[in-house]
Amino acid sequence: MEAWFALLVGIFFTVAVYLMLSKFIIRVLLGVAVLGNAVNLLIFTGGRLTREVPPIIPEGAESLAAPAANALPQALILTAIVISFSFFAFLLVLSWRAYSDLATDNTDEMRVAEPADEPLPPLGY
Amino acid sequence: MAATISPPVDLSAALVAAPPTLAEWLVILPVAWCLAIGALLVMLRRPIGLHPAIAIAGLAGLVLIDGLLLKEIAENGPLTMVMGRWLPPFGIAFTADLTGALFAFAAALVALVAGVFSLADINDSGRRYGFYPLLMLLMAGVSGAFLTGDIFNLYVWFEVLLISSFGLLVLGSEPEQIDGTVKYGFLNLIATTLFLIATGYLYAVFGTLNMADIATKAEALRDRAPLMTLTGLFMLAFAMKAAAFPVNFWLPASYHTPRVAVSALFAGLLTKVGIYALVRVMVMHFPVEREELSFILAVAGALTMIVGVLGALAQTDFRRILGYLIVSGIGSMLAGIAVGGPGGIGGAIFYALHSMLVMTGLYFASGIAMRLGASSSIAALAGLYRRHVGFAALTLMLCFAVSGLPPFSGFWPKVMLVKAALDIGAWWLAAALLLAGFLTTIVTGRLFLLAFWREAPPADGEAVSLSPAAFGPLAVLAGLTLLIGLYPEPLLAIIQDAAAGLAEPSAYVNSVFPEGGPQ
Repeated sequence: MEAWFALLVGIFFTVAVYLMLSKFIIRVLLGVAVLGNAVNLLIFTGGRLTREVPPIIPEGAESLAAPAANALPQALILTAIVISFSFFAFLLVLSWRAYSDLATDNTDEMRVAEPADEPLPPLGY
Repeated sequence: MAATISPPVDLSAALVAAPPTLAEWLVILPVAWCLAIGALLVMLRRPIGLHPAIAIAGLAGLVLIDGLLLKEIAENGPLTMVMGRWLPPFGIAFTADLTGALFAFAAALVALVAGVFSLADINDSGRRYGFYPLLMLLMAGVSGAFLTGDIFNLYVWFEVLLISSFGLLVLGSEPEQIDGTVKYGFLNLIATTLFLIATGYLYAVFGTLNMADIATKAEALRDRAPLMTLTGLFMLAFAMKAAAFPVNFWLPASYHTPRVAVSALFAGLLTKVGIYALVRVMVMHFPVEREELSFILAVAGALTMIVGVLGALAQTDFRRILGYLIVSGIGSMLAGIAVGGPGGIGGAIFYALHSMLVMTGLYFASGIAMRLGASSSIAALAGLYRRHVGFAALTLMLCFAVSGLPPFSGFWPKVMLVKAALDIGAWWLAAALLLAGFLTTIVTGRLFLLAFWREAPPADGEAVSLSPAAFGPLAVLAGLTLLIGLYPEPLLAIIQDAAAGLAEPSAYVNSVFPEGGPQ
């Protein structure tokens, strides 16, 4: 089971890296979204995979039976989902704004802050 | 449903029995205080005239709280408070040791002077867009990152400060700022995601996220877990946050675009959070792996220093020069972490604190120069010396400090780092440190020569006076730089204790697990 999940996580990372290597912002944005989900799956897999064994201590016992689900990775993923969702929303608006203000979504042509034809600093005094 | 009376349970097995002492509240207070003031400012959305006074009073309070925390820790050792009183490692712990408290105090000081400078820099539209609430939330994130004792919690604080910094960076929505924020935003989000990947693996290997717990368990796991890969991942993530070569490109692309007060704040705080996290993880958690990776780190540090300062040499814009000088300074800190030992780690911490003060001061100077000369290009600026002699003198002091010349604060960490590098036989690293210092002197010398000393046309040469809100913060930072340069002993003693506490974290672990180790 873990091996299949590891493979799936690997595919997610491959897709994310491929998309993030693009020059176009919208593809990079999609890449970032996939990357966030790749990490969530990674944490989920890292925290032990089980089916249908809730982490509830039965009556009379003092501790959990061995193969119960691990609740902590789910808490971590929940936090990470909220954070990556809000960042995705912010970056989506930012990308749209950049597209409408700078009239391009190609990062090679986004040279407003770092102009390509800036003169060299004075070489003499 | 009928309520069953549960048998008496010994709660001390799960909860901290004693209520937290007043001193322990100090650990969480910086974060809570900043969040509360930030929330108050958000509620007072309409009367924007009140914002500066509340925010500056809040930041002064933060300096006071962090000062008390530092004093308490210097006297009585690290402090821990766990959320919800759950025993660590189950409860999220906030643990402050000397390193964290020292960084938090310096950050609060920088934020306070930047808050005062913002009176002269942030106009009504900036206030309406929420400069002051975002500033307080940024400080909550920064303080939380310095004081937390839980590695996932560190990730959360990274994101808090990142989202606040996005807001501050686009304040004004000019095309330049949007362009800068796109690059800053994407690359920083990828860096924090790398950090999250490393944290996920760390949890899978260790089964814990508590920093003290990790430090104690690393020894036993070393033979059978891929700790080297893990440390390498953390190193890449934090180096990207700290803007080390070759993952530094987001910094010079964005730091010259926002308002000057925002640039100054970022220069003082954000990259240093990355350095702090690198020191925390590599020195305290994975010292053996740090030793193994030290050559890579040293090469990256040397390249960062040289590439940074060469970038600064090629720039015309005052603020872009400063952006590259930040990168160059990060290289010196990486070199210190790579060398290790009390001299290397202490030197890196000292250099980080010095850089916080000096780079913030230089950005203030760039803002004042832009206002006086109506340009940000050193090809166009001229004759600033005649316009305001005091301003020129303070800027010259900061230029000396950033170049590592005595008698200013940059001299001592540089001496420590060069000596530490020579002690382990890394002569090439010492040579890179000295070469970077020499090239920085050329960069700042040319800056001063062109913008300040060069004769301006007579019409531009009249002397002007500066508002205290612009001049005061610059004077405070230059004065602190001089003070540390002339009398470094007290600070040096604290830094040496801090470095010793990182190398031998038993006091840190004892503060989290008073009964000797987790069960």
